[in-house]
Amino acid sequence: MSLPDAEALCQALVRQMKGHVGEATGMVGIRTGGAWLAERLHRELGLSTPLGALDISFYRDDFSTSGLRHQVRPSQIPFDVDDRHIVVVDDVLYTGRTVRAAMNELFDYGRPGKIELAVLVDRGERQLPITAQYAGTTLAVPRGKLLRLVRDDSGAFSLVLSDAKPAA
Amino acid sequence: MRNPQLNERGELTHLLTIEGLPREIVTHILDTAASFVGVTEREVKKVPLLRGKSVFNLFFEPSTRTRTTFEIAAKRLSADVINLAIASSSQTKGETLLDTVDNLSAMHADMFIVRHASSGAAHLIARHVASHVHVINAGDGRHAHPTQGLLDIYTIRHYKQDFTRLSVAIVGDVLHSRVARSLIHALTTLGTPDVRVVGPKTLVPAGVEELGVRVFHDMREGLRDCDVIMMLRLQNERMKGPLLPSAQEFFKSYGLTPQKLALARPDAIVMHPGPMNRGVEIDSAVADGPHSVILPQVTFGIAVRMAVMSILAGN
Repeated sequence: MSLPDAEALCQALVRQMKGHVGEATGMVGIRTGGAWLAERLHRELGLSTPLGALDISFYRDDFSTSGLRHQVRPSQIPFDVDDRHIVVVDDVLYTGRTVRAAMNELFDYGRPGKIELAVLVDRGERQLPITAQYAGTTLAVPRGKLLRLVRDDSGAFSLVLSDAKPAA
Repeated sequence: MRNPQLNERGELTHLLTIEGLPREIVTHILDTAASFVGVTEREVKKVPLLRGKSVFNLFFEPSTRTRTTFEIAAKRLSADVINLAIASSSQTKGETLLDTVDNLSAMHADMFIVRHASSGAAHLIARHVASHVHVINAGDGRHAHPTQGLLDIYTIRHYKQDFTRLSVAIVGDVLHSRVARSLIHALTTLGTPDVRVVGPKTLVPAGVEELGVRVFHDMREGLRDCDVIMMLRLQNERMKGPLLPSAQEFFKSYGLTPQKLALARPDAIVMHPGPMNRGVEIDSAVADGPHSVILPQVTFGIAVRMAVMSILAGN
Protein backbone atom coordinates (compact mmCIF):
# COMPACT_ATOMS: atom_id res chain seq x y z
CA MET A 1 0.00 0.00 0.00
CA SER A 2 1.12 3.56 -0.59
CA LEU A 3 1.98 5.58 2.49
CA PRO A 4 1.43 9.31 2.97
CA ASP A 5 4.33 11.74 3.00
CA ALA A 6 5.46 12.06 6.62
CA GLU A 7 6.85 15.56 6.09
CA ALA A 8 3.49 16.81 4.80
CA LEU A 9 1.69 15.17 7.75
CA CYS A 10 4.10 16.87 10.09
CA GLN A 11 3.25 20.27 8.61
CA ALA A 12 -0.47 19.49 8.91
CA LEU A 13 0.07 18.68 12.56
CA VAL A 14 1.91 21.96 13.16
CA ARG A 15 -1.01 23.87 11.61
CA GLN A 16 -3.52 22.04 13.81
CA MET A 17 -1.59 22.66 17.00
CA LYS A 18 -0.84 26.32 16.44
CA GLY A 19 -2.88 28.45 18.80
CA HIS A 20 -3.60 25.49 21.08
CA VAL A 21 -0.16 25.28 22.64
CA GLY A 22 1.74 28.06 24.35
CA GLU A 23 4.60 29.07 26.59
CA ALA A 24 3.52 26.93 29.53
CA THR A 25 2.75 23.84 27.42
CA GLY A 26 5.00 20.90 28.21
CA MET A 27 5.67 18.62 25.25
CA VAL A 28 6.71 15.00 25.77
CA GLY A 29 7.71 12.60 23.00
CA ILE A 30 7.47 8.82 23.36
CA ARG A 31 10.71 7.15 22.33
CA THR A 32 11.78 6.64 19.67
CA GLY A 33 9.56 7.84 16.80
CA GLY A 34 7.44 10.08 19.02
CA ALA A 35 10.54 11.71 20.50
CA TRP A 36 11.82 12.57 16.99
CA LEU A 37 8.46 14.01 16.03
CA ALA A 38 8.24 15.97 19.29
CA GLU A 39 11.69 17.50 18.64
CA ARG A 40 10.44 18.80 15.30
CA LEU A 41 7.07 20.03 16.61
CA HIS A 42 8.70 21.69 19.60
CA ARG A 43 11.01 23.61 17.29
CA GLU A 44 8.45 24.57 14.65
CA LEU A 45 5.88 25.65 17.21
CA GLY A 46 8.54 27.68 19.02
CA LEU A 47 7.71 26.24 22.43
CA SER A 48 9.79 27.62 25.30
CA THR A 49 9.26 24.96 27.99
CA PRO A 50 12.08 22.40 27.54
CA LEU A 51 11.14 19.24 25.66
CA GLY A 52 10.62 15.96 27.52
CA ALA A 53 10.99 12.34 26.42
CA LEU A 54 9.44 9.17 27.81
CA ASP A 55 10.66 5.59 27.53
CA ILE A 56 7.61 3.60 28.56
CA SER A 57 9.41 0.23 28.88
CA PHE A 58 8.86 0.12 32.65
CA TYR A 59 5.12 0.72 32.22
CA ARG A 60 4.26 -1.68 29.40
CA ASP A 61 1.33 -4.02 30.01
CA ASP A 62 2.99 -6.87 28.11
CA PHE A 63 6.10 -7.07 30.33
CA SER A 64 5.15 -10.49 31.70
CA THR A 65 5.07 -11.97 28.19
CA SER A 66 7.67 -9.84 26.40
CA GLY A 67 10.09 -8.81 29.14
CA LEU A 68 12.59 -5.98 28.79
CA ARG A 69 13.68 -6.79 25.28
CA HIS A 70 14.85 -3.60 23.73
CA GLN A 71 17.31 -1.01 24.88
CA VAL A 72 15.76 1.15 27.58
CA ARG A 73 16.80 4.80 27.74
CA PRO A 74 16.17 7.13 30.65
CA SER A 75 12.98 9.18 30.58
CA GLN A 76 13.51 12.90 30.93
CA ILE A 77 10.86 15.34 32.08
CA PRO A 78 12.72 18.65 32.46
CA PHE A 79 9.75 20.62 33.79
CA ASP A 80 7.34 20.52 36.70
CA VAL A 81 4.39 18.33 35.72
CA ASP A 82 1.96 19.58 38.37
CA ASP A 83 -1.04 21.44 36.93
CA ARG A 84 0.66 21.78 33.55
CA HIS A 85 -0.89 21.43 30.09
CA ILE A 86 1.04 18.54 28.56
CA VAL A 87 0.99 17.31 24.98
CA VAL A 88 2.12 13.70 24.57
CA VAL A 89 3.53 13.05 21.09
CA ASP A 90 3.81 9.70 19.32
CA ASP A 91 4.36 8.73 15.71
CA VAL A 92 1.51 6.24 15.34
CA LEU A 93 -1.62 5.74 17.46
CA TYR A 94 -2.93 2.17 17.30
CA THR A 95 -4.24 0.17 20.27
CA GLY A 96 -3.76 3.01 22.74
CA ARG A 97 -1.72 0.85 25.10
CA THR A 98 1.46 2.87 24.64
CA VAL A 99 -0.37 6.09 25.45
CA ARG A 100 -1.89 4.47 28.54
CA ALA A 101 1.62 3.53 29.70
CA ALA A 102 2.91 7.04 28.98
CA MET A 103 0.10 8.62 31.01
CA ASN A 104 0.79 6.29 33.93
CA GLU A 105 4.45 7.26 33.84
CA LEU A 106 3.60 10.98 33.68
CA PHE A 107 1.50 10.67 36.81
CA ASP A 108 4.56 9.36 38.66
CA TYR A 109 6.16 12.73 38.03
CA GLY A 110 3.20 14.71 39.34
CA ARG A 111 -0.42 15.62 38.63
CA PRO A 112 -0.77 17.19 35.19
CA GLY A 113 -3.49 19.80 34.70
CA LYS A 114 -4.45 18.48 31.27
CA ILE A 115 -2.96 15.90 28.91
CA GLU A 116 -3.51 15.97 25.14
CA LEU A 117 -2.26 13.62 22.47
CA ALA A 118 -0.67 14.48 19.13
CA VAL A 119 0.15 11.77 16.57
CA LEU A 120 1.32 11.73 12.99
CA VAL A 121 -0.93 8.82 12.00
CA ASP A 122 -4.04 7.42 13.69
CA ARG A 123 -4.45 3.90 12.36
CA GLY A 124 -7.59 3.12 14.38
CA GLU A 125 -8.27 -0.30 16.00
CA ARG A 126 -8.20 1.11 19.52
CA GLN A 127 -8.31 -1.30 22.47
CA LEU A 128 -8.63 1.45 25.07
CA PRO A 129 -10.78 4.59 25.34
CA ILE A 130 -8.04 6.91 24.12
CA THR A 131 -8.22 9.51 21.37
CA ALA A 132 -5.83 11.97 19.73
CA GLN A 133 -6.62 15.70 19.87
CA TYR A 134 -4.21 16.34 16.98
CA ALA A 135 -3.59 13.83 14.17
CA GLY A 136 -1.75 14.30 10.86
CA THR A 137 -4.05 11.78 9.21
CA THR A 138 -6.08 8.64 9.77
CA LEU A 139 -5.05 5.57 7.85
CA ALA A 140 -6.33 1.99 7.81
CA VAL A 141 -3.41 -0.40 8.12
CA PRO A 142 -3.85 -4.20 8.00
CA ARG A 143 -3.69 -5.79 11.44
CA GLY A 144 -0.35 -7.41 12.24
CA LYS A 145 1.56 -4.89 10.17
CA LEU A 146 3.86 -2.45 11.91
CA LEU A 147 3.73 1.19 10.84
CA ARG A 148 6.46 3.43 12.18
CA LEU A 149 8.34 6.65 11.60
CA VAL A 150 11.96 6.65 10.47
CA ARG A 151 14.37 9.56 10.38
CA ASP A 152 17.22 9.66 7.88
CA ASP A 153 20.67 11.17 8.41
CA SER A 154 19.49 14.57 7.17
CA GLY A 155 16.65 14.53 9.71
CA ALA A 156 13.89 13.97 7.11
CA PHE A 157 10.90 11.85 8.14
CA SER A 158 9.25 9.01 6.30
CA LEU A 159 6.81 6.22 7.19
CA VAL A 160 7.61 2.54 6.77
CA LEU A 161 5.40 -0.51 6.93
CA SER A 162 6.87 -3.85 7.95
CA ASP A 163 5.58 -7.31 8.74
CA ALA A 164 6.70 -8.19 12.23
CA LYS A 165 7.83 -6.13 15.14
CA PRO A 166 11.54 -5.40 14.77
CA ALA A 167 13.75 -7.11 17.34
CA ALA A 168 15.11 -3.81 18.61
CA MET B 1 26.95 -27.75 29.07
CA ARG B 2 24.79 -24.66 28.92
CA ASN B 3 25.64 -21.73 31.18
CA PRO B 4 23.24 -22.37 34.10
CA GLN B 5 22.33 -18.67 34.18
CA LEU B 6 20.95 -18.59 30.66
CA ASN B 7 17.79 -20.12 29.23
CA GLU B 8 17.59 -22.02 25.94
CA ARG B 9 17.31 -18.71 24.06
CA GLY B 10 20.52 -17.43 25.63
CA GLU B 11 18.71 -14.95 27.86
CA LEU B 12 19.61 -14.29 31.47
CA THR B 13 17.27 -16.20 33.75
CA HIS B 14 19.38 -16.36 36.94
CA LEU B 15 22.28 -14.16 38.00
CA LEU B 16 24.83 -16.38 39.74
CA THR B 17 28.22 -15.04 38.66
CA ILE B 18 29.65 -12.57 36.18
CA GLU B 19 32.17 -15.13 35.03
CA GLY B 20 31.25 -16.31 31.54
CA LEU B 21 28.44 -13.79 31.03
CA PRO B 22 28.34 -12.43 27.48
CA ARG B 23 29.44 -8.83 27.25
CA GLU B 24 26.11 -7.77 25.66
CA ILE B 25 24.21 -8.99 28.73
CA VAL B 26 26.52 -7.05 31.07
CA THR B 27 26.12 -3.91 28.95
CA HIS B 28 22.34 -4.38 28.77
CA ILE B 29 22.18 -4.52 32.58
CA LEU B 30 24.26 -1.33 32.91
CA ASP B 31 22.18 0.53 30.31
CA THR B 32 18.92 -0.53 31.93
CA ALA B 33 20.27 0.54 35.33
CA ALA B 34 20.88 4.02 33.91
CA SER B 35 17.14 4.32 33.25
CA PHE B 36 16.36 3.20 36.79
CA VAL B 37 18.68 5.87 38.20
CA GLY B 38 16.25 8.34 36.57
CA VAL B 39 13.31 6.61 38.27
CA THR B 40 14.92 6.85 41.71
CA GLU B 41 15.31 10.61 41.30
CA ARG B 42 11.59 11.17 40.70
CA GLU B 43 8.88 12.11 43.15
CA VAL B 44 7.33 8.63 42.83
CA LYS B 45 10.32 6.28 42.94
CA LYS B 46 8.36 3.28 41.78
CA VAL B 47 7.48 1.55 38.52
CA PRO B 48 4.88 -1.23 38.13
CA LEU B 49 7.11 -3.81 36.41
CA LEU B 50 7.07 -6.49 39.11
CA ARG B 51 3.56 -5.87 40.43
CA GLY B 52 2.12 -9.05 41.85
CA LYS B 53 5.49 -10.82 42.02
CA SER B 54 6.90 -12.15 45.28
CA VAL B 55 10.61 -11.69 45.92
CA PHE B 56 12.15 -13.66 48.78
CA ASN B 57 15.31 -12.35 50.40
CA LEU B 58 16.90 -15.55 51.61
CA PHE B 59 19.85 -14.61 53.80
CA PHE B 60 21.74 -17.47 55.43
CA GLU B 61 24.51 -15.06 56.33
CA PRO B 62 24.02 -11.67 57.97
CA SER B 63 24.05 -8.60 55.78
CA THR B 64 22.33 -5.30 56.29
CA ARG B 65 23.32 -3.25 53.28
CA THR B 66 22.91 -5.85 50.56
CA ARG B 67 19.62 -7.12 51.94
CA THR B 68 18.29 -3.61 52.34
CA THR B 69 19.27 -2.49 48.85
CA PHE B 70 17.67 -5.62 47.34
CA GLU B 71 14.57 -4.93 49.38
CA ILE B 72 14.40 -1.31 48.23
CA ALA B 73 15.05 -2.33 44.63
CA ALA B 74 12.25 -4.91 44.69
CA LYS B 75 9.84 -2.47 46.31
CA ARG B 76 10.61 0.20 43.74
CA LEU B 77 9.65 -2.37 41.11
CA SER B 78 6.34 -2.84 43.00
CA ALA B 79 7.12 -6.44 44.02
CA ASP B 80 6.15 -7.88 47.37
CA VAL B 81 9.25 -8.57 49.42
CA ILE B 82 9.60 -11.18 52.11
CA ASN B 83 12.79 -11.11 54.20
CA LEU B 84 14.04 -14.32 55.73
CA ALA B 85 17.14 -14.42 57.87
CA ILE B 86 18.03 -18.04 58.38
CA ALA B 87 20.87 -19.12 60.60
CA SER B 88 22.70 -21.83 58.70
CA SER B 89 23.76 -25.01 60.34
CA SER B 90 26.83 -26.59 58.78
CA GLN B 91 25.71 -30.21 59.17
CA THR B 92 22.36 -29.97 57.46
CA LYS B 93 23.24 -27.38 54.80
CA GLY B 94 22.41 -29.09 51.48
CA GLU B 95 19.17 -30.72 52.51
CA THR B 96 17.88 -27.87 54.62
CA LEU B 97 18.59 -25.37 51.87
CA LEU B 98 16.52 -27.14 49.22
CA ASP B 99 13.76 -27.99 51.70
CA THR B 100 13.52 -24.33 52.58
CA VAL B 101 13.38 -23.41 48.92
CA ASP B 102 10.69 -26.00 48.23
CA ASN B 103 8.56 -24.63 51.02
CA LEU B 104 8.90 -21.08 49.81
CA SER B 105 8.22 -22.14 46.24
CA ALA B 106 4.98 -23.65 47.49
CA MET B 107 4.15 -20.13 48.69
CA HIS B 108 4.49 -18.99 45.06
CA ALA B 109 7.85 -17.27 45.20
CA ASP B 110 8.84 -15.73 41.86
CA MET B 111 12.39 -14.77 42.75
CA PHE B 112 14.97 -15.73 45.35
CA ILE B 113 17.79 -13.44 46.44
CA VAL B 114 20.28 -15.76 48.09
CA ARG B 115 23.17 -15.03 50.40
CA HIS B 116 25.02 -18.03 51.79
CA ALA B 117 28.39 -18.74 53.39
CA SER B 118 28.96 -21.70 51.06
CA SER B 119 30.17 -21.23 47.51
CA GLY B 120 27.69 -22.62 45.02
CA ALA B 121 24.58 -22.30 47.20
CA ALA B 122 22.78 -20.06 44.69
CA HIS B 123 23.74 -22.42 41.83
CA LEU B 124 22.25 -25.32 43.75
CA ILE B 125 18.98 -23.44 44.21
CA ALA B 126 18.91 -22.26 40.58
CA ARG B 127 19.21 -25.85 39.35
CA HIS B 128 16.46 -26.93 41.70
CA VAL B 129 13.67 -24.39 41.15
CA ALA B 130 10.93 -24.42 38.50
CA SER B 131 11.69 -22.65 35.24
CA HIS B 132 9.58 -19.56 35.98
CA VAL B 133 11.46 -18.89 39.24
CA HIS B 134 14.58 -16.70 39.13
CA VAL B 135 17.57 -16.76 41.45
CA ILE B 136 20.02 -13.96 42.20
CA ASN B 137 23.24 -14.69 44.02
CA ALA B 138 23.74 -12.04 46.70
CA GLY B 139 27.06 -13.50 47.79
CA ASP B 140 28.12 -17.14 48.15
CA GLY B 141 31.18 -17.84 50.29
CA ARG B 142 34.35 -16.63 48.65
CA HIS B 143 32.96 -17.30 45.21
CA ALA B 144 30.89 -14.46 43.76
CA HIS B 145 28.79 -11.39 44.49
CA PRO B 146 27.67 -10.46 40.98
CA THR B 147 25.37 -7.51 41.73
CA GLN B 148 28.19 -5.90 43.70
CA GLY B 149 30.53 -6.40 40.73
CA LEU B 150 27.89 -4.89 38.44
CA LEU B 151 27.31 -1.85 40.64
CA ASP B 152 31.08 -1.39 40.85
CA ILE B 153 31.45 -1.30 37.07
CA TYR B 154 28.34 0.87 36.81
CA THR B 155 30.06 3.34 39.14
CA ILE B 156 33.31 3.16 37.18
CA ARG B 157 31.46 3.68 33.90
CA HIS B 158 29.58 6.64 35.38
CA TYR B 159 32.81 8.44 36.30
CA LYS B 160 35.26 7.12 33.70
CA GLN B 161 33.12 6.10 30.69
CA ASP B 162 35.65 4.11 28.63
CA PHE B 163 36.98 0.86 30.12
CA THR B 164 39.52 0.25 27.39
CA ARG B 165 41.93 2.84 28.78
CA LEU B 166 41.61 2.23 32.49
CA SER B 167 43.97 1.07 35.20
CA VAL B 168 42.07 -0.36 38.15
CA ALA B 169 43.72 -1.39 41.43
CA ILE B 170 41.89 -3.76 43.79
CA VAL B 171 43.51 -3.52 47.19
CA GLY B 172 43.50 -5.53 50.39
CA ASP B 173 42.02 -8.86 51.41
CA VAL B 174 41.57 -10.39 47.98
CA LEU B 175 41.77 -13.93 49.32
CA HIS B 176 38.42 -13.82 51.11
CA SER B 177 36.74 -11.44 48.71
CA ARG B 178 33.91 -12.52 46.41
CA VAL B 179 33.58 -8.81 45.63
CA ALA B 180 37.11 -8.76 44.16
CA ARG B 181 36.47 -11.87 42.09
CA SER B 182 33.22 -10.52 40.63
CA LEU B 183 34.80 -7.15 39.87
CA ILE B 184 37.78 -8.75 38.12
CA HIS B 185 35.45 -10.80 35.89
CA ALA B 186 33.33 -7.74 35.13
CA LEU B 187 36.33 -5.58 34.28
CA THR B 188 37.91 -8.14 31.98
CA THR B 189 34.55 -8.80 30.28
CA LEU B 190 34.39 -5.10 29.40
CA GLY B 191 37.96 -5.05 28.10
CA THR B 192 39.81 -3.24 30.90
CA PRO B 193 43.49 -3.50 29.93
CA ASP B 194 45.10 -3.03 33.34
CA VAL B 195 43.62 -4.71 36.40
CA ARG B 196 45.90 -4.90 39.43
CA VAL B 197 45.54 -6.82 42.63
CA VAL B 198 47.38 -5.33 45.59
CA GLY B 199 47.82 -7.04 48.95
CA PRO B 200 50.08 -9.05 51.25
CA LYS B 201 51.13 -12.51 50.05
CA THR B 202 48.90 -14.11 52.69
CA LEU B 203 45.79 -12.35 51.39
CA VAL B 204 46.28 -12.73 47.63
CA PRO B 205 45.09 -16.11 46.37
CA ALA B 206 47.63 -18.26 44.53
CA GLY B 207 47.10 -18.27 40.79
CA VAL B 208 45.01 -15.08 40.70
CA GLU B 209 47.13 -13.99 37.69
CA GLU B 210 45.21 -16.53 35.62
CA LEU B 211 42.19 -14.21 35.83
CA GLY B 212 44.17 -11.66 33.82
CA VAL B 213 45.43 -9.41 36.62
CA ARG B 214 48.85 -8.18 37.75
CA VAL B 215 49.81 -8.77 41.39
CA PHE B 216 51.57 -6.18 43.54
CA HIS B 217 52.67 -6.65 47.12
CA ASP B 218 53.91 -3.08 47.42
CA MET B 219 50.90 -0.78 47.55
CA ARG B 220 52.84 2.27 46.39
CA GLU B 221 53.84 0.47 43.20
CA GLY B 222 50.37 -0.94 42.74
CA LEU B 223 48.62 2.43 42.93
CA ARG B 224 50.93 4.30 40.61
CA ASP B 225 48.94 6.17 37.91
CA CYS B 226 45.79 4.15 38.36
CA ASP B 227 42.34 5.60 37.58
CA VAL B 228 40.26 3.58 40.00
CA ILE B 229 41.09 2.24 43.46
CA MET B 230 38.79 -0.38 44.92
CA MET B 231 39.53 -0.90 48.61
CA LEU B 232 38.34 -4.20 50.04
CA ARG B 233 37.12 -4.74 53.56
CA LEU B 234 39.43 -6.68 55.83
CA GLN B 235 37.22 -9.66 56.55
CA ASN B 236 38.06 -10.55 60.12
CA GLU B 237 35.17 -12.97 60.33
CA ARG B 238 36.55 -15.12 57.54
CA MET B 239 40.14 -15.26 58.78
CA LYS B 240 41.26 -18.58 60.11
CA GLY B 241 44.70 -18.55 61.71
CA PRO B 242 47.22 -15.76 61.79
CA LEU B 243 47.18 -14.33 58.27
CA LEU B 244 47.92 -10.85 59.59
CA PRO B 245 50.14 -9.41 62.27
CA SER B 246 47.59 -6.76 63.35
CA ALA B 247 45.10 -4.27 61.98
CA GLN B 248 47.58 -1.47 62.70
CA GLU B 249 50.31 -3.23 60.74
CA PHE B 250 47.89 -3.79 57.89
CA PHE B 251 46.93 -0.13 57.80
CA LYS B 252 50.59 0.87 57.67
CA SER B 253 51.23 -1.25 54.58
CA TYR B 254 47.86 -1.48 52.84
CA GLY B 255 45.63 1.23 54.29
CA LEU B 256 44.66 3.93 51.81
CA THR B 257 45.96 7.26 53.12
CA PRO B 258 46.04 10.63 51.34
CA GLN B 259 49.79 10.10 50.78
CA LYS B 260 49.29 6.78 48.99
CA LEU B 261 46.28 8.13 47.09
CA ALA B 262 48.52 10.89 45.72
CA LEU B 263 50.42 8.22 43.72
CA ALA B 264 47.32 7.48 41.65
CA ARG B 265 46.12 9.75 38.86
CA PRO B 266 44.89 13.14 40.08
CA ASP B 267 41.32 12.33 38.98
CA ALA B 268 41.31 8.82 40.45
CA ILE B 269 38.16 7.59 42.17
CA VAL B 270 38.12 5.61 45.40
CA MET B 271 35.56 2.85 45.90
CA HIS B 272 34.71 0.51 48.78
CA PRO B 273 31.97 -2.13 48.88
CA GLY B 274 31.23 -1.42 52.57
CA PRO B 275 31.03 -1.73 55.43
CA MET B 276 34.26 0.20 55.92
CA ASN B 277 36.80 -0.40 58.64
CA ARG B 278 38.09 3.13 59.05
CA GLY B 279 41.70 3.17 60.10
CA VAL B 280 42.20 -0.44 58.97
CA GLU B 281 41.93 -0.45 55.15
CA ILE B 282 41.01 3.19 54.60
CA ASP B 283 41.82 6.51 56.24
CA SER B 284 38.80 8.69 57.09
CA ALA B 285 40.36 11.58 55.19
CA VAL B 286 40.16 9.46 52.02
CA ALA B 287 36.79 7.83 52.74
CA ASP B 288 35.20 11.25 53.18
CA GLY B 289 37.42 13.06 50.67
CA PRO B 290 36.76 14.40 47.18
CA HIS B 291 37.99 11.24 45.39
CA SER B 292 35.57 8.99 47.27
CA VAL B 293 32.53 7.65 45.38
CA ILE B 294 31.60 5.21 48.13
CA LEU B 295 28.14 6.64 48.78
CA PRO B 296 27.21 6.97 45.07
CA GLN B 297 28.09 3.26 44.83
CA VAL B 298 25.29 2.52 47.30
CA THR B 299 22.79 4.64 45.36
CA PHE B 300 23.75 3.08 42.02
CA GLY B 301 23.51 -0.34 43.67
CA ILE B 302 19.75 0.04 43.97
CA ALA B 303 19.32 0.93 40.28
CA VAL B 304 21.60 -1.95 39.22
CA ARG B 305 19.59 -4.42 41.33
CA MET B 306 16.35 -3.07 39.85
CA ALA B 307 17.81 -3.66 36.39
CA VAL B 308 18.87 -7.23 37.17
CA MET B 309 15.52 -8.13 38.73
CA SER B 310 13.48 -6.68 35.90
CA ILE B 311 15.59 -8.31 33.19
CA LEU B 312 15.37 -11.71 34.92
CA ALA B 313 11.64 -11.40 35.56
CA GLY B 314 11.03 -10.68 31.88
CA ASN B 315 13.01 -13.68 30.61
